[in-house]
Amino acid sequence: MIRPEALLHPTPAGLYCPPGDFYVDPVRPVARAVITHGHADHARAGHGAVLATPQTLAIMAERYGADFAGATQAGAYGEAVARDDVEVTLVPAGHVLGSAQAVVRWKGLTCVVSGDYKRRRDPTCPGFEPVPCEVFISEATFGLPVFRHPPAEQEIARLLRSVAQFPERTHLVGAYALGKAQRVIALLREAGWDRTIYVHGALERLNRLYQAHGVDLGPLAPATSTTKGDFAGEIVIAPPSALQDRWSRRFADPVTAFASGWMRIRARARQRGTELPLILSDHADWDELTATVDELRPGELWITHGREEALARWSQSHGVAARALALVGYDDDAGDD
Amino acid sequence: MRAFADLLDRLSLTASRNTKLALMAGYLAETPDPDRGWALAALTGALSFDAAKPGFIRKAAEARMDPVLFRWSYDYVGDLAETVALVWEARPGANRQPQLSEVIDALTSASRSEVQALIETWLDALDPTGRWALLKLMTGALRVGVSARLAKQALAQMGGVEVGEIEEVWHGLHAPYEDLFAWLEGRSDRPSAASPGRFRPVMLAQAIDEAVDFPRLDPAAYLAEWKWDGIRIQAVSEGGVRRLYSRTGDDISRSFPDVVQALDFEGVIDGELLVVRDGALASFGDLQQRLNRKSVDARLLQSHPAAIRAYDLLAEGAEDLRTLPFVARRARLEAFVARLGPGRIDLSPLQPFATWAALAALRLAPPEGDAQLAEGVMLKRADSIYEAGRPKGPWFKWKRDPHLIDAVLMYAQRGHGKRSSFYSDYTFGVWTTDALGQRTLTPVGKAYFGFTDDELKEIDKFVRDNTVERFGPVRAVRAEPGFGLVLEVAFEGLQRSTRHKSGVAMRFPRIHRLRWDKPPGEADDLATLQRLLD
Repeated sequence: MIRPEALLHPTPAGLYCPPGDFYVDPVRPVARAVITHGHADHARAGHGAVLATPQTLAIMAERYGADFAGATQAGAYGEAVARDDVEVTLVPAGHVLGSAQAVVRWKGLTCVVSGDYKRRRDPTCPGFEPVPCEVFISEATFGLPVFRHPPAEQEIARLLRSVAQFPERTHLVGAYALGKAQRVIALLREAGWDRTIYVHGALERLNRLYQAHGVDLGPLAPATSTTKGDFAGEIVIAPPSALQDRWSRRFADPVTAFASGWMRIRARARQRGTELPLILSDHADWDELTATVDELRPGELWITHGREEALARWSQSHGVAARALALVGYDDDAGDD
Repeated sequence: MRAFADLLDRLSLTASRNTKLALMAGYLAETPDPDRGWALAALTGALSFDAAKPGFIRKAAEARMDPVLFRWSYDYVGDLAETVALVWEARPGANRQPQLSEVIDALTSASRSEVQALIETWLDALDPTGRWALLKLMTGALRVGVSARLAKQALAQMGGVEVGEIEEVWHGLHAPYEDLFAWLEGRSDRPSAASPGRFRPVMLAQAIDEAVDFPRLDPAAYLAEWKWDGIRIQAVSEGGVRRLYSRTGDDISRSFPDVVQALDFEGVIDGELLVVRDGALASFGDLQQRLNRKSVDARLLQSHPAAIRAYDLLAEGAEDLRTLPFVARRARLEAFVARLGPGRIDLSPLQPFATWAALAALRLAPPEGDAQLAEGVMLKRADSIYEAGRPKGPWFKWKRDPHLIDAVLMYAQRGHGKRSSFYSDYTFGVWTTDALGQRTLTPVGKAYFGFTDDELKEIDKFVRDNTVERFGPVRAVRAEPGFGLVLEVAFEGLQRSTRHKSGVAMRFPRIHRLRWDKPPGEADDLATLQRLLD
């Protein structure tokens, strides 16, 4: 029996696969990388060769420029790609557009690197597909039982209710530029909000990229002061850093909302001065993490980053061996949740 | 429960008064009886339960999950009610969500063990926000930044009436206030205000505008008295019911048993609550020792005896005097107080004057030779009836000029709501000199108003351009003898404080002027402030 560590093991640069000579989501430049999704802490520029989904490659090119890697190879969802003796298949992870789990097979052994994932429906990307495996390598960003995300529709309904209650104010929604912003917009469309949604300049390129990949975001316009008075009664989407920036002064007495799984904790909302926290996350919550382990029942659970101890403890008490890899370099806190 | 939970959730996260009013008014208009009445009772602090102690809630949560995971969760969140609300596993379909009124009914009527069983079924049925609200409600203070007065204002906004009209009837009503809502929605007459011991909405004075008001006002039409530096109260004693109210209608009887005991009359007195030792008035700082205490011990009653200085009589026996002119009420008051004899209630004497100039001279001569005892003078039109609210014209307050010092801006903090992109809360300091002759700045206060919007922008730019260190939402700014921003700070008074490094605490500090022209080295020394204390 091959030990799974022979196929994948943690190194300072990230998870390394010796028989395939590649890293998954390396945090420093390497010769060969498999990238699960386009968030900056997972997808860095400067690798020799990169294998990723076509959408993730497009996102990286948009963020870093076309020459972000020496060579690129697109792996469509479900298509097995050979890396020396090892076969790599990218399977939807449900996190953001193009996000994938890396399914790594070698000599009858299957390891799944989930990357970041969630189990809920997301109108902007295909849903997570469970793959039976010996080793499931999971994130645990929200790996504590306090993190239970409510239904996304409920959070969007709270936003729209507030817009109706305070028609003289602008609703300024902080959302990460890749994934969250487009998901919020798509969810608003599903909830029937068909007015123009105004966006901060930092979101425009990724919005266009999503639209080019067939995600319908409806009418969008830049939130520049010349486009529309003081934006009373409108919804404006901006990266979180812009909420308290001088940029936000153009709006009519804004209600600041922030779409993030961290908003589940009231102290976090208060610290940021968020008046309307929207608990909307692209990561699995505690119930999704534990249900996924229970559904896959892998031989072993490895946990890459986040609150590893709690998920490891739960997993062990439910009969699945677990260990924390304590990989560094992934933002589990301020990052793209 | 759902709507009430959402209301508490939003109230707890907004600092804006107008937003809070809009949220509460919206809730009260949309929620049916009796739930909204119970919510109003909770918001005005009229409910208290002891069915669920924190220890019970914690045990109930731990019994349902891995106690280690519970502990890690609690360590992470830091608040017990919130932790339990989040980690509790909902049992969808197990129960329907309870109505707020059901919860209140059970909490007030069921036995403790019955309630504990019910709590678990409620937690099963609610979502995390609902569980959080339920636990807040059961374990005491809601702490969502809403005073009873603000809740009544929301009620007034919802019903389109003056808040005084609500205060007038409030103390005769009981939760869930169905008669009150019926009146506010035009479905019935105003509820009767004739309950003994009730609060009468107070009449407030406008600040005088010296340049505008004095030329057009006739000094002969007004009576003057000192504006005492205590707190405005209303002392009611009717049919055996004795109560002491704050000017917003909060019942503060429990903090002042010595005063309540002395209300040996039938009527309603409007006056100032003060600490009086052997006939001499003590400072506001002494009175503060007595405020906001649930119970008072004998020692404090002895060392800080409270008394009333009366300036108006609103009712005598069963007779409502509020429609009489002030001079007539004053005559009734003088006779009334004279009959009470010496004790804890005395009269605020009128201060005769003939011209505004004479009044100005009087204002500079503090009562009993102590500037700390009066904040200025009050002017009341002789013919003014007692009207609730702040009518324009009949009553004026002419406060003594504030103290001014030049201080140096040391730290700036981001504001909230509208001001969240501005550094709008300022900590300022004055100079101290150590034994080696080294001068350093010591913070003496914090102010967040008194400047115009344009000035705010200028200060904000100064803060951003001259930040030397950041601590979360706070920035330390350059403050050196040769470079920095001098703020002229106005304040009403100064008290010794052991909680502040400087040893002093200011009352009501605000930015009076920006002194861009003044080098920080020329700002005031702490010694200047200390002299004010002596």
